[in-house]
Formats: sequence, C-alpha cells, structure tokens
Amino acid sequence: MADGGIIAGTAAADLIACPECDAIYRAAEVPDGSRATCARCHTVLISPRRHAGMVVIALALTAVVLVVGSLWFPFLRIEARGLWQQATLWEVATSFVGGPLLLVSLAVTAAILVLPLMRAMLILYTLVPIVFDRPPPAQAARAFRLAESLRPWSMAEIFAIGCAVSLVKIADLAQVSLGPAFWMFAGLVVVTVAQDQIVCRWSVWQSISPAR
Amino acid sequence: MTPVPEAGLLHVTARDAGLVACRRCSRVWPMGQDRCGRCGGRLVSRDPRSLSRVWAWWAAGLMAYLPANIYPMLETRTLFSTQDSTIVGGAVELLLHGSAGIALVILVASVGIPFAKFVCIAFLAMSVRHGSRMAPGLRMRLYEIVDYIGRWSMIDVFVVAILASLVQLNVVASISPGPASLAFALSVIFTMLSAQAFDPRMIWDGIEARAEAETEAKARAEAETEADARAQAEPEAERPA
Repeated sequence: MADGGIIAGTAAADLIACPECDAIYRAAEVPDGSRATCARCHTVLISPRRHAGMVVIALALTAVVLVVGSLWFPFLRIEARGLWQQATLWEVATSFVGGPLLLVSLAVTAAILVLPLMRAMLILYTLVPIVFDRPPPAQAARAFRLAESLRPWSMAEIFAIGCAVSLVKIADLAQVSLGPAFWMFAGLVVVTVAQDQIVCRWSVWQSISPAR
Repeated sequence: MTPVPEAGLLHVTARDAGLVACRRCSRVWPMGQDRCGRCGGRLVSRDPRSLSRVWAWWAAGLMAYLPANIYPMLETRTLFSTQDSTIVGGAVELLLHGSAGIALVILVASVGIPFAKFVCIAFLAMSVRHGSRMAPGLRMRLYEIVDYIGRWSMIDVFVVAILASLVQLNVVASISPGPASLAFALSVIFTMLSAQAFDPRMIWDGIEARAEAETEAKARAEAETEADARAQAEPEAERPA
C-alpha cells in the first residue's frame, strides 16, 4: 500500500481529512460554485461560493429578526363554539410549566428559541469581521465551534412542521387559522436550510485560522 | 473538481499517515496531539470507547422509549368526556375516524422511525465490531440518514406543546400534556446522542486491508491458473473477488 510517500512532502496545513471516513487529500483550490467531495464516501469537503459570506450574514440576520419577531405575534388561533384562543411562541414554550414536565418546557424553549438565536448570533460574531476584511475576532474559533455543535439541537424548522401537523390534528376539534408568526417560522425553515447549504465550513475555518 | 487521492485507488487515511484528523474542521495534526490548533476541538484518532458510549445512549433511549409508548401523550377534555391518548392510541383513533392517511403519517413518524433508528444504530455498531457484508458506502449512507432523521422525531413533542398551549377553550375543549411527552423527548435526545457518539470512520477502517488482501488473493489465483494452463493441467476455479 502506497503510504506516507506522497504525503510526506506536503505540509499538514495543506492536507484535508474527510471528517466522516478519515481519508486524506491535498487541499486544492476549488473554483467558486463547484464542490470537492471525498472520493471514498462522497462527503462534501469544500464548496466555496461567491459572496457566500455576505449571504450567510444576511440569512443569520434574517433568522434573528424572524425568531425575535415571532415572539410577539400569535401563530395559531382556534375557534370553537364561540370561544377562541390564540397561542404565541412564548406560550407554547412554557406550556408544560409545573411538575416534572417543566423539563420538556425547557427543552422546547431551548430548541425553538434560545439555540436558533444563539447560533445566528455566533455566526454573525464570527463572520462579520471576516467578510468585511477585518482580522477575525479573538474568540472566533470557539464561537464557530460552538455554533457548529449546536446545529443538530437547533430545531426551529422542525417546530414549523410541528405547527402544520397540529393544525391537521385539531382541525376537527375547532376552527384553526394561522397567524403571522406561523409564516415567520415557515420563512425560518427556508433560511435555515439555505444557510446550511451555503456555508462552506472548510473555507470558514481557513479564514479563521491564524495567518501562517 | 475533486482533490486527487494521495494514492491510486486505495485511500490513505490520516491514521495511516501517522496523523490525526480534526472531525470538526478537517485539519490534520501529528498523531498524539490532543487538541486541534485551529478550532480547539478534541482530537481522537479512533476512540476505543466510542462504541460503549453508543450502546449506553442507545439503551437509555430504549428505556425512555417504552414509557413513551405506554403512558398517555395527550389528555383531551371535551364537553362530555375526558380521554387519554397514547401515541399508538391516538393514531388508531384517527384511523377509526376515517383519516387513514394522517394516522399512517403519525404511525410512521412516531413509531416506525424511532424503531428503525434503534435497529439501524444497533446494526451499525455491531457491523463495526463483527464486520458486515453490506458495502461501507451503503452503511455510511445509512448512518447519515439516521443522524439526519433523528431530530425530526421531536415533531411529536412540539405538537404536544402546541396543542397544550393552544387548546384551552375552557369547558368546550382543553388539552394537557401527558407524562409520555417527557419520556418521548428524552428518548429522542438519547438516540441523537447515541448516533453522535458513533464514529463513522470505524465503518471504513480495515476496508483497505480487506481490499488489499482480496487483490492479492485474486493475483495469486490468476498466477496459479496461468501456471496451471502452462502445465496443461485443468485451470483451477477462480475465486470470486
């Protein structure tokens, strides 16, 4: 098996390892718009895009506005036999208060409010100086690392689908109408998905890492 | 454009090259370093305890999953009646009301997917230890699906939260969350942690050695047949590669 030989001549900084299967490659300049994938397991390794930084900043700002904004508006409203009730996000997040189910309340609040907001802000903190050609902030590496590890736990987009499901569930119990916050969360789904598609993690790390 | 693999068809892994890769930022470091100098993440070439963590979270998830199915998820009080509904019970009720489609969606999302997740994680963990005839590419795909789908099971918990906060119409109808919602949320969180504890690099370990052994065996078989042919003897049956 051909080992070490070819790699020996390459500085470690120029190598890239596939995070999923550990195969190493010499990192190459990848033109904007195309992607470099691992030849063995097809994980996307590098996928630069023109103006990606600016787009990601815009998306993160949008996410902050959408989450904060949706706090004030009702997102579902039901009516039955002349009675009506509407729920805001805050009421949903705190609906389990009292008893051991408080834990669920905390988890829901974190998943749909706190973590999405925190992620967006961490990404802004990391990327804004870089995109505007300033030196990366002192805690950039730590901030981006945290943002990345929070990614699976930030579930705003799942919550939006949950809204749609509950809509169907209570359709025969009462009349349901959607409020503005529902549409904000629907927008958040698009923003989150777009952001995950656009961020090229390798490029971000490359620009954070101390100049060598 | 794809970066060129370092060596022909067989891939050199960071471990082969005496390096340790950062799984967060894909930078490589000399073997033995324990923190990534770029992102500060912990560096582990192969974590021997990874599988124990997978199984520990897996068992915790399964334990939480049982009460999640036994206890009521929702408590619905309407004008004339109070009823508790479990996950399966709720779906059956929908089925009896004639909305088979929605019942199916709920059954798949809250019973089918969690169950499949347990089976898949167990299969992956066992395949790493005992080997598997399933191609590593396919197992990798399976892992990616499990890892991706895990969070979507939270839908159920969110639905309970939404219903409980929304349907508070005094005596006409009110819904409150049942204990199963806590168990179900825990089960989802534990299985997500279990999937995250799994190190997919283990799927690929040993692949190269196995491929090499196979090529060698093939070459040997070919050489043998050639020799046999020269000696005018019956060609030996070739081993399937």
